[in-house]
Amino acid sequence: MALPAYATTKDKIWYYTFRVICFAIFFFLLAPIVVMIPLSFNAQPFFSFTREMVTLNPEGYSLRWYRDFLGSDSWMRSIRNSFIIGIAATVLATTLGTIAALGLSRSEMPFKGAIMAILISPMIVPLIISAAGMFFFFSQLGISGTYLGVVLAHAALGIPFVIITVTATLVGFDQSLIRAAASLGASPTRTFFKITMPLILPGVISGALFAFITSFDEIVIVLFVAGPEQRTIPREMWSGIREDISPTILAVATLMVLLSVMLLTTLELLRRRNERMRGITPT
Amino acid sequence: MAQADARALANGAEPAPTDRAGRLQTADGVPLKTALRRAERRRKIAAFLLVAPLLFFILTFFVFPIAQMMWRSVDNPQVVRALPQTLEALQDWDGSDVPGEPVFAALHADMMADLERPRVAQAIGPLGIRLNYELSAARSAISRTARQVPNFEAPYRDAFMDSHRLWGDPALWRIIKREGRPLTSAYYVAALDREFDDQGNIVRRDENRRIYVQLFIRTILMSVAITFLTFMLGFPISYYLSILPMRYANLLMICVLLPFWTSLLVRTSAWIVLLQQQGVINTMLVQIGLISDDGRLSMIYNMTGTIIAMTHILLPFMVLPLYSVMRNIPPSYVRAAKSLGATPWTAFRRIYFPQTLPGIGAGGVLVFIISIGYYITPALVGGQSGRMISNEIARHMQQSLNWGLAAALGTMLLIGVLVLYWVYNRLVGADSLKLG
Repeated sequence: MALPAYATTKDKIWYYTFRVICFAIFFFLLAPIVVMIPLSFNAQPFFSFTREMVTLNPEGYSLRWYRDFLGSDSWMRSIRNSFIIGIAATVLATTLGTIAALGLSRSEMPFKGAIMAILISPMIVPLIISAAGMFFFFSQLGISGTYLGVVLAHAALGIPFVIITVTATLVGFDQSLIRAAASLGASPTRTFFKITMPLILPGVISGALFAFITSFDEIVIVLFVAGPEQRTIPREMWSGIREDISPTILAVATLMVLLSVMLLTTLELLRRRNERMRGITPT
Repeated sequence: MAQADARALANGAEPAPTDRAGRLQTADGVPLKTALRRAERRRKIAAFLLVAPLLFFILTFFVFPIAQMMWRSVDNPQVVRALPQTLEALQDWDGSDVPGEPVFAALHADMMADLERPRVAQAIGPLGIRLNYELSAARSAISRTARQVPNFEAPYRDAFMDSHRLWGDPALWRIIKREGRPLTSAYYVAALDREFDDQGNIVRRDENRRIYVQLFIRTILMSVAITFLTFMLGFPISYYLSILPMRYANLLMICVLLPFWTSLLVRTSAWIVLLQQQGVINTMLVQIGLISDDGRLSMIYNMTGTIIAMTHILLPFMVLPLYSVMRNIPPSYVRAAKSLGATPWTAFRRIYFPQTLPGIGAGGVLVFIISIGYYITPALVGGQSGRMISNEIARHMQQSLNWGLAAALGTMLLIGVLVLYWVYNRLVGADSLKLG
């Protein structure tokens, strides 16, 4: 929206002030994340820019915190744990969630509202309360401090995201395609894999990504349910921040930001593909 | 089947089969109505079967554990299990003075019976812990007496009073009698900063022991402040994004989505880096000369730091619903208002702003719900003044191990959140929640 030719001085002042305010807010959003990136290359164990860094002297920069990170057994184990738990929880949440979403989007589904509310609840209940409940329940079952416990808990947290994204994709799904497949003699299973699945795949993948990132970034449940064997990246960062905060944290944080940029790009591409696919099958 | 019959009827090609009363039937002689109902029920069951595994999973691993935790806030088995005979003997006790010999004899019998049990099933240890929540010397009195009890001889009243002075305190006996029921309100009484006085009435605690009500109020105030700040920052940028052409809007949206997708701990540590005393902002201010080296501002490990960091973390949750509402507001209304003589301010206040209310409501309730139960950021950057109610729940879970009190605080928090969620649902509907 450019300024019209008849704008008064007052209009002009407002126009530019408003833009300055907006960019200040965008700056507030991005700056904290961006600032960490150069600081993670700091040669000194400080959290501020040294004189060498400001003058762009190469001696002010080093990769020592990255070496620290890559050479540390506990960090490497936490990466492995985060991926094991994240992938297992994502597979569980996505499988159960997609099947349930197929049922939920049928018009004849009974008690839809109530069931939806229950399935969405892990997203609403404060994490500390979920963690407290699971802490007691899982120790009774004897699965607290095991991978199984953390995976089950993280799957529960990821399920609402899968449900929401997959049901949203199914809104535009043409049910007559399924009837067509059935009339041509395909079994329900074959119909699902040949017809339904390819069409809802973008929704399933973005749901799975949400579920993965939920698990990957989750810390409260890990603090309560996981044992020392299941320390994940956020858990390691938590103790890093609490005990001795060193720039190694910033190196890890920078890598995590890179990961989220990658995820964001994937999601955006999926969204575009989804829009294209919907163009082919108008509802 | 039913469709085929109906079509045949319409074409008049072949009369549809009917029973003697003239009701439509399917080919195998079942009334059409019944057949249709059956088919519908089958479809219903099929739909439900698809949802059933997930529903079972969530009910088992999510809903049930929380319900069980809530149960803990009223569950009170310790006294009943450990002292059944004592409780019976206490029934006629009037609560004014130390009970007489029969009660002590029953206590002795209960404690001896407990020593007979295998170690894992012993009830005296949990009893001491339970009574200690109410009276802070009770645990040591019980464990010391439990060690000496096999050597006691009648009269037991003197033997008990010799082993620990607390047995001569009517307050302890009143607590045993009061908590000698399978359900208790004691955790909620404590969670509301109240206690029982000598007559068993609920009264407020001494000024310096009131913690939780104040903490709840502080949590709510901080959440209101954070919600308000996210609104103040989120409104202008949502508006700006909504008037930009799609292409630029999507590009600038990255500024909102990147923080949204970045790990919570990364963002929290970013704020520590920026705000701490040796951090980026303080060092910059010193180098500019705005503050002296020993006058560095303390902006973190207090309430200020928590509010700044949480506003940053929750801002996307305000922007996303606001933006999607603002995108759909037709610009022609504001133009019409202006053409009818409204000043820009009036047009904004009377025409534009009311149309954004659904978005403000949705974003506001969402941010408020999330911030009221927030744990990680206050725990890391909150220090003392930035603590919130969930930190206190975690402390009782992990350090003081007063699980009943943690459950009571958690239940109160959960009910508050669920009420808000219900309001949110009425405002926007849960499945309209947009992600990313």
